[in-house]
Amino acid sequence: MSNQPVLSDAHASRITRVEELAYELTIADVMTRNPVTLAVNMTMRDALDVMRNNKISGAPVARDGTLIGILSTEDLIRSLREGRIDRKVTEYMTHNVITVREHDQVVEALKTFNKTKVGRFPVVDENGMLVGILTKGDISNGVLTALQRDFEAEELKRYRASHLFEDIVSDRTSLILRYEIIKDDFLHGGAASNRIKKALLRLGAPPQVARKCGIAVYEAEMNLIIHTTNGGSLRVEVEPNKIIMEAYDDGPGIPDIEKAMTPGYSTASSEVRNKGFGAGMGLVNINNCVDELMIKSTPDTGTNIYMIMYLEKNRGKE
Amino acid sequence: MNIGEVAEIVQGKLFTKGIDTAIEVRGAFVGDLMSDVLATIKPEAILLTGLNNPQVIRTALIADVSVIILARGKKPSLEMIELANNEGMPLICSPLGLFEMSVRLAENNIVSYEDEFDLSKCA
Repeated sequence: MSNQPVLSDAHASRITRVEELAYELTIADVMTRNPVTLAVNMTMRDALDVMRNNKISGAPVARDGTLIGILSTEDLIRSLREGRIDRKVTEYMTHNVITVREHDQVVEALKTFNKTKVGRFPVVDENGMLVGILTKGDISNGVLTALQRDFEAEELKRYRASHLFEDIVSDRTSLILRYEIIKDDFLHGGAASNRIKKALLRLGAPPQVARKCGIAVYEAEMNLIIHTTNGGSLRVEVEPNKIIMEAYDDGPGIPDIEKAMTPGYSTASSEVRNKGFGAGMGLVNINNCVDELMIKSTPDTGTNIYMIMYLEKNRGKE
Repeated sequence: MNIGEVAEIVQGKLFTKGIDTAIEVRGAFVGDLMSDVLATIKPEAILLTGLNNPQVIRTALIADVSVIILARGKKPSLEMIELANNEGMPLICSPLGLFEMSVRLAENNIVSYEDEFDLSKCA
């Protein structure tokens, strides 16, 4: 028997989140409340009717809300075979019922399902009172509902962000993102650019625009990491109709900008090339991605790269 | 072809958790220098590379790469695997070299996902 809980291949792509949910969700979150119960004075015939009417294949037996047993179709078949359909359910039910507790995590129930191969567990509160019933189907439904909630929350975030500029009215609204880039921090190289790209997508930029802006700021970010004396900063200003991206540093400056714009021209060390940089395509890529590029550089005082992307131009006429 | 089939063709191992291996891919790109990759790669490509560091993943995210394949048996570092897991970027490690992988993928109808370089804006 597999120790892996439950979920089928259909969920494989979300398995990490599903596994998380097994720990986040409690049994009370996913169980069926107010389950159909059988009373102690019922006969097996009564139980058959109850189960058939409710289309269920088992039910707990309770006295004044306290669980005393559980009856399954197996028990019904047994009583039919023995011709004793008019005997009390208490004669045929399982007395030592395996229960789960409402405040336990779903993962505890999954373990119990795997250990016992029982199809349903009565759920009890801290006083042992019956509060619900739990099947594997309840768990699947609960997890899927939680995933759907996750998805809707993300959609809502995206919706709110993309309507930011409509919701907030001013003569000129813009959102400014700033990132400090540390010299030689190759480990985090590109992290700021990826955040910028994600922010643009969330703000409703078309994917092609977000990708081009991402490439341009990525190159600017790597230049700050590789070529500056003390690192620098990235500043992105998002307006409803354009995105302005800037990179600043305080040196050493680019001696010959025209040369630096030549494809393949690089001043990177072989150590930097071994890290996958120094293709001599940085400024070239920026130039190919953005609508406007201005580079101001003074030896020793530093470089300012100013990039603009117009949204209408890249989206087509509105 | 889907990502699972790509992994089989290159005899590779998928390192990223929770990836939907049914994601379809149609084209590939080869590069070791990240700015070369960004210069001409099309979105949703398979990126074949000999470079083994976190920048590969960050570059791939920027360029909307669908799956990264590390060549010649290079094992990704724990930082890379963590980054790939967090970002949901499929990362495959193959014992094969770049040319061998390219040939095998081409034989299975994977096309080039490389744009012609635009020289018009260059000085």
